[in-house]
Amino acid sequence: MKARVTVTLKSGILDPQGKAIEGALKSLGVDGIASVRQGKVFDIELAGADKAKAEAALKQAADKLLANTVIENYRVEVLG
Amino acid sequence: MKSAVLVFPGINRERDMARALKLASGNEAAMVWHAETSLPDGTDLVVVPGGFSYGDYLRCGAIAARAPVMDAVRDFAAKGGLVLGVCNGFQILCEAGLLPGVLMRNAGLKFVCKEVHLRVERSNTPFTRGYNAGQVIRVPVAHGEGNYEADEKTLERLEGEGRVLYRYCSPDGTVDEQANINGAAHSIAGIINERGNVLGMMPHPENHVEDIMGCTDGRGLFAGLAAHLDRAA
Repeated sequence: MKARVTVTLKSGILDPQGKAIEGALKSLGVDGIASVRQGKVFDIELAGADKAKAEAALKQAADKLLANTVIENYRVEVLG
Repeated sequence: MKSAVLVFPGINRERDMARALKLASGNEAAMVWHAETSLPDGTDLVVVPGGFSYGDYLRCGAIAARAPVMDAVRDFAAKGGLVLGVCNGFQILCEAGLLPGVLMRNAGLKFVCKEVHLRVERSNTPFTRGYNAGQVIRVPVAHGEGNYEADEKTLERLEGEGRVLYRYCSPDGTVDEQANINGAAHSIAGIINERGNVLGMMPHPENHVEDIMGCTDGRGLFAGLAAHLDRAA
């Protein structure tokens, strides 16, 4: 089973990397960019076929390690 | 003083730290590998040194904070044992939940490697008793992620409880934006936990302890710890 965990900065948290990317996109002349926030994507392969179990394991992975919930939010998707 | 210096893959300041501890106390520090599940008997100070544990993968300090030895450090701290984290060590202690907040990318986006001035905010703690309150010391920093941030409530608590021990300042002790080398909230360079037995700081006092280093302002921290622990022993 394939899954994806997406980790993003909470709103209001300063994101200097996102700001730098935003500046670079603007200087490249890419039209219509209002703002950029950088995050992380984890593509995870799971053993087993139980979707509920997979979601629980992924949530545990995110809470314990993948995200620092002081500054980050995460989203878990089981892609099947 | 019987200190234990934790060693993680990618750490590179452990020997500087061990040398500073030996100078202050006369005792060799034990070097403790991250896979250990206990600390040496009689340990009264645990030091998490600087470097780039696990290549700063995921987030600075995130993987080291989950190493087996950290459970032993958590138990040690819960019993009141003294823990000092410097640079990557500060990041590891935050990630391990032993200190609040987080160290973000420097506001100026650049790695900062230079000498800075710190104002010692209090002298009545084991980590600052070698200094006077208000004293300005000169120590090096070398980090890309030292911008301390926490939510407003946490910052209020840190300030209200006198838990900010070191702040970036100008040579005359002025705390302002210009002296705040990484954009840290409230110019925070070092904080203690609620109980006052865990300190995390970004600057490297261990690199200013001998005349050959050009400055010995870092000695006070280690001398203070040694004095505190020898009196307690």
